[in-house]
Amino acid sequence: MKWRILCIVVAIILAAVIVAWPRDQFVASTSAADWAPTSANIARGAYLARAGDCIGCHTVRGGAAFAGGRALTTPFGTLYGPNLTPDAATGLGRWSADDFWGALHNGRARDGRFLYPAFPFPHYTKTTRRDSDALFAYLRSLPPVRQQNAAHAMAFPYNTQLALAGWRLLFFRPGVYETAPARDASWNRGAYLVEGLGHCSACHSTRNAFGASAPGLQGGMIPVLNWYAPSLSSADEAGVASWRQDEIVQLLHTGASPRATVIGPMAEVVANSLQHLSGADVAAMATYLQALPPTAAEGDMKVKPSASTMTAGGTIYDQHCVECHGADGRGLAPAYPPLAGNRAVTLHESANVARIILQGGFAPGTNANPRPYGMPPFAHVLNDDEVAQVMTYVRASWGNRGNEVTAAQVNRYRGATLE
Amino acid sequence: MRCQPPSWFLACFPFLFAAHSGAAERPAVLPDTLAQRLLACTSCHARTDTAHGTEYFPRISGKPAGYLYNQLVNFRDGRRQYPVMTYMVTHLPDAYLLEIADYFAAQHPPAPPVAQVPASPALLARGRVLAMQGDPARKVPACIACHGQALTGVLPAVPGLIGLPRDYVNAQFGAWRNGTRQAAQPDCMGTIAARLSLDDINAVSTWLAHQPFAPEARPAAAMAQPVPLACGSVP
Repeated sequence: MKWRILCIVVAIILAAVIVAWPRDQFVASTSAADWAPTSANIARGAYLARAGDCIGCHTVRGGAAFAGGRALTTPFGTLYGPNLTPDAATGLGRWSADDFWGALHNGRARDGRFLYPAFPFPHYTKTTRRDSDALFAYLRSLPPVRQQNAAHAMAFPYNTQLALAGWRLLFFRPGVYETAPARDASWNRGAYLVEGLGHCSACHSTRNAFGASAPGLQGGMIPVLNWYAPSLSSADEAGVASWRQDEIVQLLHTGASPRATVIGPMAEVVANSLQHLSGADVAAMATYLQALPPTAAEGDMKVKPSASTMTAGGTIYDQHCVECHGADGRGLAPAYPPLAGNRAVTLHESANVARIILQGGFAPGTNANPRPYGMPPFAHVLNDDEVAQVMTYVRASWGNRGNEVTAAQVNRYRGATLE
Repeated sequence: MRCQPPSWFLACFPFLFAAHSGAAERPAVLPDTLAQRLLACTSCHARTDTAHGTEYFPRISGKPAGYLYNQLVNFRDGRRQYPVMTYMVTHLPDAYLLEIADYFAAQHPPAPPVAQVPASPALLARGRVLAMQGDPARKVPACIACHGQALTGVLPAVPGLIGLPRDYVNAQFGAWRNGTRQAAQPDCMGTIAARLSLDDINAVSTWLAHQPFAPEARPAAAMAQPVPLACGSVP
C-alpha cells in the first residue's frame, strides 16, 4: 500500500515536470532574406546588438570586439563571454540562423547544451525571429577573430547540465514578446526593449538564491559588483513617473540630466548601449518606465542622527564638498549633481553614495556629453568614520530624510570591485 | 584683522593660495574649464595636503602628452592595472583622453619636496651608477639613455623620472616583472625590468626619489642619441 502511494506521488511529480518542462520553441524565419548579409540587415542587427549591450560581456578589455573573453563573476563561479565573431573554429562560423535563434530564444547552444542564464536569454527570448535574424546577419558580418573561448569556472553543482535543467524548469519559459493590445505602440515598443534586449531587470531587480531575477523592476543589489540598482517603479528610488519625458530621454541618451547623472554600471549601459539608440526608442522606453505600476520603497529616517555626527559631517562637507555641491546642497546640475532632494543620496540602501564618495568617477563620455565632469575619489583622504559622518550629513540635511550610516557600512565598499 | 593679499595678487597667482584658503563656496555659474572637469584627477595627482604621509601617486604634470595619453589608453585597455584609474577612464572618449593628456602636459605646478626616504650612501651610489651608466654586463641601459640627460623625459612620449615617489617606481618595476604592466610591443621597460635585480631596482628608485625637482624642468625636445632598445611607445 505504502509503495503504491509513493509510486502515485512520483508519477504525479514526473507528470508535473513533463507538463511544466520549458520546451524549446521554434519559430521559422519568414525568409532567408531576413539574415542575408545585406547592408540593411547588418545595420539593423548592429543597432539591436547595441540595444542588447552584447559587446559588454562578449569583449574583453582592450580585445577585439565580440571576440569574447570578459570574465563575469557570479556568486556561483566565473563565466567568460564566448566569441561571437564568425570564426569557424572558435566563434559562430558554423552556426546557422536557426542555431542562433536556439541560443537567443531557448538558451540552447548549437549542440543542444543548456546555456548559463548569465547569458540573459530569459530576457532575450522576447526578441522576435526577425530581430534575431538581423542580429545574426550583423554578427556574421564581423571580421572573424580566432580566439579560443576561456573555460568557465563554475562551482559544483552549478557546472552541471542537470542543475541548469532544474533552473530552467523553475525559472524559464521561452516566448516572444506579445503586444498588449490595450497599450499604444510606443509603450509596447518600450516594453519590448526594456523587458527583452535591454534586459534591465537583470540588474534592477533582486535575484533569488538561484540567481533568478524577480519579476518587475523593483531594484536590488547587483551581486559581486556591489552597486545598488535602484527601483524603477518607486517614487522614492529611481521611478520616473513624475519626470518630464525629455528629462528621462536626456538622462538615458547622454548620461547626465538636470534630474540625475549616471555613474557606475549604469554609465556602462549608457556608453555602450542607450546613447546609440534612436530618440524614438529611448522615448518608448521612457513611456514604458513612466507607466510602471508604482511600488513602495523601504522607509526613510526612523531616528534622527546625533547632533555630534551632524556637526562632524558638516565640517567635512564644508572642507571637501561645498566647493561644487554648495552649502545649500543644490549643486550645479548636471555637472555637480544636487544633493538636496536627490533620491540617489537618500536611498535606503546607501551603497552607491559610499562608493561615489570613496571612488568618485566620471559620468560616461557620450556623443552629447563628450567631456564629462568627474567626482574626485576620497578613499585616500577620508577614513571610514569620516565618510560615514559626511554621508549621514548629506542624507539628513536640506530636508533629506535618509538613515544614518555607520563606518562598518562604509567599510564594506572600500575594497569593492571596480569594473 | 588678518593680513590679506590684494585681490589682483590672488588673481595672478591663485595656486599659491588655493591650498590655504579652504574650500570656496560653489560658483554661480558652472566653470567650463578642464581644471573643474578634472578634479577627479587632481585630487590624487596634485595633492596639496601631503601631510598625510608617504606619497604614492605619481606626478603627472609636465610629463609629455604622448606618454600620458598612452597611459590613459593602457589603463582603459587593461595593459596597466590600477583599478581606480581603469574605472575612471573606461567610458571616456579618445578625444577627451587626448585633451586630458595635453592639459596635464602643460601644467607646471610648484616642485614637490624631495622625498625623505631612508637610504645608505652605498645604495644611493649604486642607484646613481644605474641611472647614469646602466649595467652593461646585464645589458641594462642607463636611465638617461632614453629618459633625457636630466631625466626630465623626452618628447613626445618618454616620461620624466624626477619627482616620482620611490614606492611608485618600485611598484611599476614589480608590475613589469610580473606582466601586469605592459606597453606597446616591443615593451622595452618590461625587458629592462626583467634584467634588473630587486636590490638594483630599489637602488635606482631610491636615488631617483632623492633628486631635487627643478621648477623649470621640461622634457627634452628630442633624443640626444638613438635609443639603446626598441620601444613600441616611442615613435
